[in-house]
Amino acid sequence: MRQSNRIKSWEITSERNYLNRRSFLASMGLAAAGASLLPAVGNAAVRELETVPGAYSSEEAANSWEDITTYNNFYEFGTGKEDPYQNAQDFVTEPWTVEIAGECAKPGDFAYQDIIAPHTLEDRVYRLRCVEAWSMVVPWVGFPLGDLLNRFEPSSNAKFVRFETLYDPRQMPGQQRGVLDWPYVEGLTMEEAMHPLTLMAVGIYGKTLPNQNGAPLRLVVPWKYGFKSIKSIVKIEFTRRQPRNSWNISAPQEYGFYANVNPTVDHPRWSQARERRIGQGLFAPKQATVMFNGYAEEVAHLYSGLDLRKNF
Amino acid sequence: MKKGTLRALKVAVFLLCLLPLTKLALEAFGVRGMDLGANPVEELIHRNGKWALNFLLITLAVTPLRRITGWNQAIRFRRMLGLFAFFHVMLHFFMYAGLDQGFAIGYIVEDIIERPYITLGITALLLLIPLAVTSTNAMMRRLGRRWQKLHRLVYVIAVLGVWHFYWQVKQDTLEPLIYAGILALLFGIRIYYYLKRKRKMSALTMDESIRRETA
Repeated sequence: MRQSNRIKSWEITSERNYLNRRSFLASMGLAAAGASLLPAVGNAAVRELETVPGAYSSEEAANSWEDITTYNNFYEFGTGKEDPYQNAQDFVTEPWTVEIAGECAKPGDFAYQDIIAPHTLEDRVYRLRCVEAWSMVVPWVGFPLGDLLNRFEPSSNAKFVRFETLYDPRQMPGQQRGVLDWPYVEGLTMEEAMHPLTLMAVGIYGKTLPNQNGAPLRLVVPWKYGFKSIKSIVKIEFTRRQPRNSWNISAPQEYGFYANVNPTVDHPRWSQARERRIGQGLFAPKQATVMFNGYAEEVAHLYSGLDLRKNF
Repeated sequence: MKKGTLRALKVAVFLLCLLPLTKLALEAFGVRGMDLGANPVEELIHRNGKWALNFLLITLAVTPLRRITGWNQAIRFRRMLGLFAFFHVMLHFFMYAGLDQGFAIGYIVEDIIERPYITLGITALLLLIPLAVTSTNAMMRRLGRRWQKLHRLVYVIAVLGVWHFYWQVKQDTLEPLIYAGILALLFGIRIYYYLKRKRKMSALTMDESIRRETA
């Protein structure tokens, strides 16, 4: 059995995160030394977060800060992989309000601080598999989405959760072109949203999220293709019916609602059987993609009886 | 143009054409902090593909340039430009086959058969091979009039190449559409001059017949 399929317990993860953090802090020290020479780009705004080791962390080596923050799909800031890094630096995320709406007892507008304050922030190292057949390992900081959703007391009518990204073409130059139908929207079934793997992420590497990674808060659903993990969320709505999601609206024959990582169901234009792990240089071979991105043990039961070929 | 001037210009153009490759090589070897980004394999494949298309369009711009400016010496550079297109197509393919697929024939064949954009791309590449092979002076002499007929394949190749790009991009089709627009413009100029010449020819033959009748 390949090592990459195994998930280690949080004890071991904590050690690995500790080491990650140390090497990261060391690199930040170097960066600080050179900071006076550099223009104020990047992650000047990121802050250290108070975190505890979380569950479900992967034992695989995390990608570097540089890989994670310069190779992004965030079309609101441009369609090139480095566009978000280039164009998101001045993005203002303070103050930030999230609207909670739909089938719940306590809807309303909540400030970012009120959203995260009651929760303990966890370090969770997850695999991320993009629908474009590349992957990374990201040390997220966040808390279970379900814990957040429960605070709003969803009713029995709440069958799905719909998420919306900020629409602000002045700040998000990518929204000035109709590449997708803005604002970006995504959705999960209630069961998926409440699953303990599903994370409301507010940081990486023990720091707040850089803008290009979806600041100030984003979804992380590690067993689904990356486009499900919607960024810079301003609205969460409990719905009765299955919401549409942006990629499905723009190309329904290529992107479904579920978008579970599945090596046996190809994208119509490329294979999903293998993936390129970012950060391994020019000569590393591709690796096999694993069902549900290696999280089958945790999530396969959510889809029993569902034809994943049709519900791709 | 004097022979010496032409030779000097050819060397200059050759060196200029080497710049994209030079930049890629410097980035690949990490010279002076340059790099290919987080996904160097993808970057190498895409950049070589883009330069293959760039050189193909530049090659196809030579004849329109001659027609518009009347500078017929431009033809002297066409073979070199075309061969640079071929060179980047081959790099594009070998980066894909070698670095991306690890020369796994099974996966490559599956890609060619099952993914239409790769089918288009490989077709364009295969069609380019006979053009590259017959680009020598000796081959031009040997093939005579058939050479020109054969090399009209470049129009098909350019369409396939741009189409391959268009089908490859995930969602943002702006860039391939710009390539398609430039290609359409280059075809348009050719058609314009073709029709103009045809009109002139028919006018000439009409003159001729009128003269004969009145004689």
